[in-house]
Order: sequence, then C-alpha cells, then structure tokens
Amino acid sequence: MNKVTNVKFAGLGGQGILTCTDILGRVVFDMGNDVKKAEVHGMSQRGGSITSDLRFGDKVLSPMISAGQADFLVVMGEDLVEANQYFLKDGGMLVKPSDFEVDQLTNKRTLNVALLGALSKHMPFSVEQWMDAVRAQLPERLHEVNEAAFMLGRGE
Amino acid sequence: MSSERKLMSGNEAVALGTKHAGCALGVGYPGTPSTEILENYAKLEDCKAQWAPNEKVALEVGIGVAFAGTRTIITMKHVGLNVAADPLFTVAYTGVTGGMVLAVADDPGMASSQNEQDSRNYARAAGVPLLEPADSQEAYDMTKLAFEISERWGQPVILRLSTRVCHSKTIVIPSESKPVPQADYVRDISGRVMIPAYARPAHKRMRAKLAEIEEWNNAEGPNPIIGNSTKLGIIANGVTALHAQEAAPDAKVMKLGMVYPLPMKAILEFIDSVDDCIIIEESDPFIQTEVQAAGGKVRPRLERYRYGELDVIRVKRIIDGDDSEEAAPPRGKPPQLCDGCPHRASFKLLKNIGCTITGDIGCYTLGVLPPFETMDTCICMGGSIGIGLGMRHVLPEEQARKVVSVIGDGTFMHSGLTGVADMICNRPKYGHVIVILDNGTTAMTGLQEHPGTGKTLDHQPAEKTVSIEATCEAMGVDKVVVLDPSREMERFEQAVRDALASDDLTVIIARRPCILAVARDAKIKRGEKVR
Repeated sequence: MNKVTNVKFAGLGGQGILTCTDILGRVVFDMGNDVKKAEVHGMSQRGGSITSDLRFGDKVLSPMISAGQADFLVVMGEDLVEANQYFLKDGGMLVKPSDFEVDQLTNKRTLNVALLGALSKHMPFSVEQWMDAVRAQLPERLHEVNEAAFMLGRGE
Repeated sequence: MSSERKLMSGNEAVALGTKHAGCALGVGYPGTPSTEILENYAKLEDCKAQWAPNEKVALEVGIGVAFAGTRTIITMKHVGLNVAADPLFTVAYTGVTGGMVLAVADDPGMASSQNEQDSRNYARAAGVPLLEPADSQEAYDMTKLAFEISERWGQPVILRLSTRVCHSKTIVIPSESKPVPQADYVRDISGRVMIPAYARPAHKRMRAKLAEIEEWNNAEGPNPIIGNSTKLGIIANGVTALHAQEAAPDAKVMKLGMVYPLPMKAILEFIDSVDDCIIIEESDPFIQTEVQAAGGKVRPRLERYRYGELDVIRVKRIIDGDDSEEAAPPRGKPPQLCDGCPHRASFKLLKNIGCTITGDIGCYTLGVLPPFETMDTCICMGGSIGIGLGMRHVLPEEQARKVVSVIGDGTFMHSGLTGVADMICNRPKYGHVIVILDNGTTAMTGLQEHPGTGKTLDHQPAEKTVSIEATCEAMGVDKVVVLDPSREMERFEQAVRDALASDDLTVIIARRPCILAVARDAKIKRGEKVR
C-alpha cells in the first residue's frame, strides 16, 4: 500500500520556512522517496503568513496538503498554532518551539533548524542523514550553529 | 547523457528544459510566480538571458530571435500576457522560423496578483497552441515538446504554468540535450509584414496549421488516460489532474497536456467510454465550454469552483456534487512593508498631507494595508499615471489638487513612461504630481534589475543607465525634484505641498535604495552566492 507522509510547515516570511522544508526534502529525496514540495511566495514573503507543504512516499500525486491531512504540523511560533491547527489530521503530531529549550538557542535565526531537530525525534531518519541535508542546504559558515540548533531541538 | 534524478521546482525544470532544447536567448519580465525561470536559466552554462522593460518588449525581442531562425523562450506572469497581447495576436499569423515558447504563469487564488485571469483564453483568442504541465518532470518534458511543436508547425507555443507548478519541487529525470540552432536571416516580406493584403491569407494559414495540430493532438498528443473504470471518467488538466487521481483513485482519468487546440475527437471517445463524465479544471470553464459546444455529455460545472485554487478535498467535493458553502480558512497575517523600508516614510507623509493616491504595482502596493491605508486605486502596471490624469481632468479643483500618482522605479520603466508623455500633451488644468518611489530595484518580485538600475540580469553593470530625472525633463515635465525620503523629510513635504498648490507638472523622485537590495549587493561584493 502506498503510504504518503504529509508535513506542513507554517510561519512568517523571513523565518526560514522554505529552508527547513528544503532540508527535510533533501533527507527524504536522498533516501529514494518520491517527493513533492509546494509553497506560495512572492508578495506573501514580506512578513506575512506563509506555509510550505512537503509530501513523500512511494508515489506522491498532488503537491498540496489539504485541511485535516497533515501527519505533522511544524509551526515557527506558539501564536501560529491556532491559525494552522486545522491542517492537522486526527492524531497528527504538532511540533512547536515550546517542545525544547528555545531560549538556549545561540542564534534566533536557527529556530527553523531547531524545529527540524524536534521533528526528527518522530521520524525514522538518522542524525547523520539530517546533518548531511543541513550541510547540503546551508552555506559552510552556518553549519556549526545550525548543527547545534538541530541537536538542541532534538534534546541531545 | 545524465539520467540523474533531481529535485527541482517547476521553474527550474522549465529553465533546464529550455537549455536542453537548445535556446539562443531567454527574455522576459519578472512577475510572481514566473520570475525564477529566467533567473535559473541565466545561471546555466552557456545560457544567455535578459530582462526586458516590459512583457511587450520581451515578446518583440523574442519574435526577432525566432524570425532570425533560432530558438527563444519568453517568460512572464498571466497579467504580463495582457501587456504582450498586441504582438502575440499577430505573431500567431506570421508564425516563426525558429522555435518560440512563451512560458506564462497563472496565479489561481491570487497569492500575489491583482486578478486570477486564465491564460488559456488567450490561446483560443490568439490561436496559439497551449501545453500545460502538472509537475516538474512534465514542465521539463513539455518545454522541450513545446519547442518541437513550435518548429514543426512554425508557430509560437504557450507553456501555461500555475503557482503550484512553478513553486512546487518534484523529481525530474532529464533527457538528451540539443545544440542551439544557428541564426540565419531569410527574408519573407509577405509572411512577416502584416498589412491587410498579407494578413488575410496569413490568418487562413494559421487556422490550417491549428487544424493539423489538433489532429496531431488527437493521435499522439501528451494526453494519457490513467485507469480503466467504465463508471466514472474525469477529464482534467495540469496539477488539477493530479488532485483528481488522488481524490478518485478508482476513476478513469484523461490527463490533458495540450489544452489548445483540444483533442476533441479523443475527448468525445473518452466520454463515450464511461457512464458518467466530469471535467475538473481550475479557473474558467475552458474545457467544459468547448466540450459541451462539441456535444460532449458531461456533468454541468459548479460555478463555486471557478474561484481560488483546487486541492484534493475541493476536487472530492466536485466529484460528490457538493455545492455547499466551503469553510473559510483562518485569516493569517498579511504581508507588510519591511522594517526600515524607505517607502514607509513616503506613505506616512502622503497620508498626513491628505493626498488622493492613484497607486501602482510593486512592494509599495502594500501601502494600501494598515497602518498606512494610503492607496486609492491599483489596477495594472503603469496605471497610476493615466488614472491620476483622468481624475485630475474631471474633478472639481479642490479634489483635483489632491491627486498624486505614486509609482515605483521598475514600474515606471515598465509602463510609466507613456503615461508621462500623455501628461505633457494632454495637460490637466491644475497640473499633476507624480511621486516615483525609487528604491533602485524591482523589489516585489525579488530584486531584479531594470534599465534604471544600470545593471543587467546577472547584476553586472550595463553599458549605460536610463536616468529617470533626465528622461522626465527631456519629455517636458515642468519640475523634477530628487530627494531622500528618509533623510530629507521636510524637503519632501515642502515639495509635495508646493506641487499640489501649483499648476505645474511635477515629478518628485523619492530615492533611497531597498534595504534588501543593499544587503544583496553587499553579498555580491563579498563574493557570496545570491539566489
């Protein structure tokens, strides 16, 4: 049976939503999955709400995650939970900043990657696979700080 | 040839398909969601691309390339096709020698546009074949197919994309690559000079070619049939066909890749092969209307689904015939002008003075939202000037003297220049005031260059820069003022008040660079990669 996993990211333009979706996309792509990632940007980029959809599995058809269909919902702030909760399916997993010690982040701009760390606890991929994807998607000077953020989010 | 799988956006896939089709020059105007096609194409090895000041000029440059016998892609968003419509309708008559593909990106649901027009109507109106990919693999494959069809029949071809295809990333396995055909001019006056005597036979030639293309589309067009149910049949196009396959896994789906001219014979056969047939398409009832006109028995369209994007759940509702009210999603936070954006000071000032602002298209359109709420109109690129002039011409003096046209530097280059020419010639009684918010870039679509920035698409210096102030003066504007809206607020306020009180034609250029462009340029200077 074709199982598709739906991960929805929600935040504000400039918070790194597209980057963290790309990192997860890289992890699942490298493992040989079919992958579709959908996003809306442009005008909505400028400080407004944005969401990004990542679907993966043996065969993915539509690139979009409809209301009530997300297995995972990753939000960049507690205040975004309410507006995006309707995407989550019954029994789906919500990942949010209060899942870890967010005030221990050395750089606030790495919140997106820390959230991936928190998400990673619920996914069957190794830390090394995640780190490879982080390094592939970000410039070298940002590797160290993002690796630390990922491990903080993961709680290790 | 590499058959490596890649994860690419639809726009990246069109760029790569264009390279692999052998294209001599890419040209376009930035517009979400089409912008990244040309930006990505320009980054590929040996690929030459340039921005044009607007879509009409872009298409004209492309026509020149194709008349010269080699291949070209022209990129724009749906509303840009309105600007380019004039040459489009006639190049469909003349045809082309080299392959010519117009990549046009529609925006159902209006993520960042002023309307949700359906470009398929242009294909039918102008008589231009139209292909519509559903994902990045198809975007890659159909770009190459579009060039082949264009050269085989000597006609321009539209590749219609949508936000979901442009900005979704899906897997692409590239195929073989072709060399760029050598340009070589061959004169064909009666074929290319569309005076009525030559245009009449050209129209007939075009219709004959379209009939041939329809035959080809019936026999071997990119319109696969998936599944073999005899109960429910679904005809769908583009990304909508993927939603339909997911929403109704047991249905038989005809996935239309070439939507104009429609493969009507194949469609009618498909309808006959099922008990119940439904057409699912985003935006206008384009396929629906054609199929019903041809006598195809399909379910009637539910008007509610003309609006906004479709997704799997909405497609399920269509299949279930559910015409009940849909739940509105919770409201998100609207976009806003950046902190530190120079437009903030300009809007604050214009609001305090109490101006009536005819606005335009760009980042500064966000000036319509709180806390500014300072824009009275916004219709189309360059529209601020003509609309301001119309109001100035007919309003009573007290109201006329409040009208200010506000336009950005990129939009001014796109289609503001002709508005100024009109202002000089058809001068309103109390003069007029244009404020050009010059932040030195095309900010809204992601910081592209234009003739006024003095840089080419790859952000390298152009040979010359078009000066906005010198152009306005040369055209005959009475008074041109250049100032910094953040540092010279008092001078700015005085300039606006003086201009509104006088009968002069005044252009005030509020010049301060976009803070995002400054950061981007610093990166380029440090030798870092920019997107």
